[in-house]
Amino acid sequence: MYTMVLSILHRLSGLYLSACGFLFIGWISAAALGPDAYACATGFFGGLPMRIVLTGALAAFWYHLFAGMRHLAWDAGLGFEKKAARRSGVLVVVLAAAACAATLLLTPAGRFLAGSP
Amino acid sequence: MSGGPGSASRHWRNQRVTSIALLPLGLWFLFSLLGQPTLDHAVVAGWFAKPLQTLLGALFGTVLLWHSMQGVQVVIEDYVGGSLRTLCIAFARLLHLAAAFALALALAKLAIGGAA
Repeated sequence: MYTMVLSILHRLSGLYLSACGFLFIGWISAAALGPDAYACATGFFGGLPMRIVLTGALAAFWYHLFAGMRHLAWDAGLGFEKKAARRSGVLVVVLAAAACAATLLLTPAGRFLAGSP
Repeated sequence: MSGGPGSASRHWRNQRVTSIALLPLGLWFLFSLLGQPTLDHAVVAGWFAKPLQTLLGALFGTVLLWHSMQGVQVVIEDYVGGSLRTLCIAFARLLHLAAAFALALALAKLAIGGAA
């Protein structure tokens, strides 16, 4: 049950990151178009709703990265026993939460997302 | 899955290739983005103005969009049936191609124009 939830989360975080990848390409395109287009994009991304979306992207990034490594280990035939799978599942969630918190609080852009200049 | 025998296992293997490639590329991208001192236009435009950054950005974008398309395709194949499936996959492919094209244009402009 719990392993299944993590597996679905891997899919959902992947789809979410796909959508955010498109957002990123929109943002970098605005930067390439010039300061006016970029100011428009900043207005869009700087508001509270988008900051929440992007904070979610950061969480999804770390979860998808660690859960993806877990899947790659399974593909290599490692850690597939029930007990090991449960333990690695916990590890993935803990690592993702820690990495997300660290990048949010310790990097300039992370602090921007968290709402402190 | 269209493409005849062997295409499903090739798809599976290719997905592992892009997954592994994205580990370093994704981390580079995230820390590069988060490490920008500010997100002012000059800074962001200058981010991709150096040749190595342009190269890494193009590589990351290509592998990211490829991996994204692989994942989206698997999800569509699992949840959408019939002729709608083909249509959905074609649409997703079109979106990804358009995004790749937009990214290539943006990176080229940033590489040539510098922080202008």
